[in-house]
Amino acid sequence: MNTYTPKSAGSPGPTEETLDIRDLGFWIYLMTDAIIFSLLFATYVVMFQNTATGPVPSDVFDLEHVFAETMFLLLSSVTFGFASLASIREQKGHAICWLLVTIVFGLGFIYLEVAEFIGMIQSGAGPQTSGFLSAFFTLVGTHGAHVSLGMVGITVMIFQILIKGLTSPVKSRLHRLGMFWHFLDIVWIGIFSIVYMPGWLI
Amino acid sequence: MLGRLGFDALPFYSAIAFGGASITVLGGLVVLLLVTYFGKWRYFWEEWLTSLDHKRIGIMYIALALVMLVRGFVDALMMRSQQAIALNSNGYLAPEHFDQVFSSHGTIMIFFMAMPFLTGLINIVVPQQIGARDVAFPFMNSISLWLTAAGAALVMVSLVIGKFSTAGWTGYPPYSGAEYSPGVGVDYWIWALLVSGVGSTMTGINFIVTILKCRAPKMRLMQMPLFTWTTLCTSILMAFAFPALTVVAAMLGLDRILGFHFFTNDAGGNMMNYANLLWIWGHPEVYILILPAFGIYSEVTATFSQKRLFGYASLVYATAAITILSFSVWLHHFFTMGSSPNVNAVFGIATMIIAVPTGVKIFDWVFTMYKGRIIFHPAMLFTIGFLVTFVLGGVSGVLLALPPADYLMHNSTFLVAHFHNVLIPGALFGYFAGFQYWFPKATGFTLNKAWGVRSFWFWIIGFYLAFMPLYALGFLGMSRRMERYDVAEWQPYLIVAAVGALSVLIGIFCQGMQLYVSIRDRNKNIDVTGDPYNGRTLEWQTSSPPAEYNFAKIPDVQEIDAFWDMKQRGVAYAPASDYEDIHLPRNTGVGVILGGLGFLIGFAVTWYIWWLVVLCVLGVAACLITRASQDNTFEIIPAAEIEAHEKARSKALEEHKPAPGDFWT
Amino acid sequence: MKHLIAIPYVRATALLGLLLLLAGCSLATSPVADPKGPIAMLERDLLYAAFFIMLIVVIPVYVMVFWFIWRYRAKGGRGEYKPEWHKSNTIEFFVWSVPAVIIITLGYLVWTYSYKLDPFKKIAAPEDTINVQVVAQDWKWLFIYPDLGVASVNELAFPVDKAVSLQLTSDTVMNSFLVPALGGQIYAMAGMTSELNLRANETGRFRGRNTQYSGDGFAMQFFEAVAMTEEEFDQWVTNARAQPNPLSNAAYERLAAPSIDHGVEYFSTVQPGLFEQILRKYARRPESSLRGGHPSAITQTACEGDTLC
Repeated sequence: MNTYTPKSAGSPGPTEETLDIRDLGFWIYLMTDAIIFSLLFATYVVMFQNTATGPVPSDVFDLEHVFAETMFLLLSSVTFGFASLASIREQKGHAICWLLVTIVFGLGFIYLEVAEFIGMIQSGAGPQTSGFLSAFFTLVGTHGAHVSLGMVGITVMIFQILIKGLTSPVKSRLHRLGMFWHFLDIVWIGIFSIVYMPGWLI
Repeated sequence: MLGRLGFDALPFYSAIAFGGASITVLGGLVVLLLVTYFGKWRYFWEEWLTSLDHKRIGIMYIALALVMLVRGFVDALMMRSQQAIALNSNGYLAPEHFDQVFSSHGTIMIFFMAMPFLTGLINIVVPQQIGARDVAFPFMNSISLWLTAAGAALVMVSLVIGKFSTAGWTGYPPYSGAEYSPGVGVDYWIWALLVSGVGSTMTGINFIVTILKCRAPKMRLMQMPLFTWTTLCTSILMAFAFPALTVVAAMLGLDRILGFHFFTNDAGGNMMNYANLLWIWGHPEVYILILPAFGIYSEVTATFSQKRLFGYASLVYATAAITILSFSVWLHHFFTMGSSPNVNAVFGIATMIIAVPTGVKIFDWVFTMYKGRIIFHPAMLFTIGFLVTFVLGGVSGVLLALPPADYLMHNSTFLVAHFHNVLIPGALFGYFAGFQYWFPKATGFTLNKAWGVRSFWFWIIGFYLAFMPLYALGFLGMSRRMERYDVAEWQPYLIVAAVGALSVLIGIFCQGMQLYVSIRDRNKNIDVTGDPYNGRTLEWQTSSPPAEYNFAKIPDVQEIDAFWDMKQRGVAYAPASDYEDIHLPRNTGVGVILGGLGFLIGFAVTWYIWWLVVLCVLGVAACLITRASQDNTFEIIPAAEIEAHEKARSKALEEHKPAPGDFWT
Repeated sequence: MKHLIAIPYVRATALLGLLLLLAGCSLATSPVADPKGPIAMLERDLLYAAFFIMLIVVIPVYVMVFWFIWRYRAKGGRGEYKPEWHKSNTIEFFVWSVPAVIIITLGYLVWTYSYKLDPFKKIAAPEDTINVQVVAQDWKWLFIYPDLGVASVNELAFPVDKAVSLQLTSDTVMNSFLVPALGGQIYAMAGMTSELNLRANETGRFRGRNTQYSGDGFAMQFFEAVAMTEEEFDQWVTNARAQPNPLSNAAYERLAAPSIDHGVEYFSTVQPGLFEQILRKYARRPESSLRGGHPSAITQTACEGDTLC
């Protein structure tokens, strides 16, 4: 291979067109993630009656607890929205503040979820108990893992805004992280209405 | 400290395992020593491993595919020879070897031969076909490559440390669960799939966006070359089917490692859910493998019939129809699971409907040859071999799509013959055709034709000898995956099949010779014009091999077969003067590091080395955060350099006189 | 170039023809081509019918491919050369509609035959049916005759003029039950029952086996399906009852342990409810909802999707 190798000076950043392309790519990534969740939902629906000798859904779900989780997550989505608006208006300080608030809500959500999981495992309703609980922990846990990753992302973005300012690549990343965060909200609404509500009603 | 990894994992328990391990280790050592001896480490690292150039990534994919083809074929040869002698005898492979062999054969051929082969061809060709300078996400492309390589490495390592899965390439539970397969084999299999599957999903996303967003501005969708179309459809399937594989493999992993009950016999597990999830990925996967090959056949038939492709629109619509339908047929892989007749019938009919667009494609290729001037280049021979042979595979496929007929043939060697009959002539011959066809584009010199023709004949005769007897054995009641048998009338067929495998072996040898001879004589076969076959699509406009930026000026597309049209209008090589700076991504080693970490995570989970898992996950996070915080990942190629380079090429083109041996003379 | 094409093609064709001829001879008596029961016969006929219908497309493809590559070859071909010809509505019409019509025909066959040959469908009146409960084990098949109180391993005996109604489950990994000469094939899965209804037209011994890979003993996991006269069957039952070998819980546990190439074995009596007990080992739900209101597993029909049986 004797291809031409150019010698260049300096190292530029991405063009606006590149950033636009990244948005489309991220949308498609979200769709692949949506497929992961939809299959986990399908598995849960197939398995939620397979309780073997373990508890049934109404034994283990605490709807008030779940309502609190839902509120934390929905509010975090709203606050992320404020952060996005602030970034569009080039208000660096506001953006960082709202992102911090988002993290606080996110942490609240994760705290409640982990508490719920630990409580269930201690009461003998761990994922090894039955097919129903395996499906439950995997579905809800995958969502929780996504939320945790999202918070890592928010932390990284706070530092990027602090260090680089609201440059166009930073804003573009924040925009995609926002899509991710709102997507997780939608998934949670699915979890609430497919996992917790019917489980509580039955 | 090392989990369940101990000295007993080394293959000293059997001569065959030790032999396989030694060959693997020696092969690896020889490569390392040669690179060190010639002092090429720096060159490999800077020019190849860290490269984000889609053409180089493509070449590395194909190199991986060829290595794994040999490995997978050795497995095939072992199975055929074992079955040829195992009448009322144990042969030379014990069950626990034989089942590892058929599991690794399937896994390797699908995930680490076919997938890298087609991804490599797509990488080399598609950006050039659409007049682009790069793929949409060059860095992600590099991650995809190295994750695929990591998966392949996990399968190879299982030869040396521990054992591979015995559950077949589909890994059906409960057999593949912890209760019935307690060793590390299934874990190796799961992690090879998970790691490479993430890579494939990213490849899918990458090429969807590349084709939708990076085309030459004037190229409309219905002007895209057929290979680009099939790549778009394959990418859509990759992006939307591979998550299902990730989910199902992860669930099986949770069952095995953490004691979950997704697919176990007891505690409410449901293995039928596995079958559904696996084939929701698995059936689209078949089309992921075959659609790019269909694209290659379209390009090759048109070029070597020296004629415009017949029924372009039909071919596009047929491809799209196959793409959509491929998600609606998965249940035909388990008609025998006891679904009600209406469910079976609906999936049977949906399956057969796919035969319609596929039939249309066959006829369109046949009519492309009609009133053409057919040149029997090796690529064209593989295409004709495909047309003739694939029809049989299609027929047996429709037969298996009839649920009541499937009751007789399910899990028999008839089924084995069927899917080899669609995947070898359908997909692999296509990749070979693409390899023969685009080799000069990727390397700058043409392949030796005589060895190519020889390899074709040995392959196709070997194919018929190896698989027609398996169809017959299905009628005789032989199941797949039997390492021994006591039915004497099966043996003659199995001997013929083994002879077929030997013929394929000679075919592979011929391909090796073709590469060797072509590389040895490369200076005699330089492709100066970059257009060795009087090509029709844009990839033939670039030089061979193309400059890093592919096109100095983005081509002005006005027609289907854009390059042909430009040649007709006399503007194909029109000199330009107003060159501009070109923005390209800078090489980075992060992709290689991520691939290495992916490999280590798979290895560590397989052996329960948890501290290493944690370390590697932190490493992945560090890599991704660092990369996501870098803005200046590009470099600029100044206009002056481009101008100098393009001037040199124009000069070479002017001086080049078509030799009498040139293709279209 | 020409010699590279012609000679190997001739050789390949000759070889293939020879092979097909050889194959045809022994294939004529193969279990699938020469079935011994009405179910397998219908399944085979469907296979053949679909094959011949598809020849409508296959033959033209072969004719055209060989004709075109001969006539339009670059060196010496005599066909007309029209490099820009790429569209013909007539041809497009036929290449879409002919396969479509064929598939519609086959679709009709699939629909009707899927019902006709539903493995769960009873094929004879209860008094003309022998009920057998089948348990897949590592690596053998246990056949329990609930109405006769006997059981056998690796030998499925039944009178030739009666239908056999099999109820299958597995006490190990997923197995797949097939007797090619009699037809069928259905998975046997733990905690679930599936059904298969077969019949033989003539007496004889037919090889049946597990077709789903299940481990070391898989290759030798076969059994004989023996279709016998009524008298022979009575004798078979009497013989089984005379064995000093009851299938108690303890005997079942011993039998269920993995064994390769297990011989034929008979059991004089069977612990009542053994089959249900095996199913219950893998119950997915508490006992109360397991039966879902159905009195007995035997009267239950299709086990489809996630429906529990």
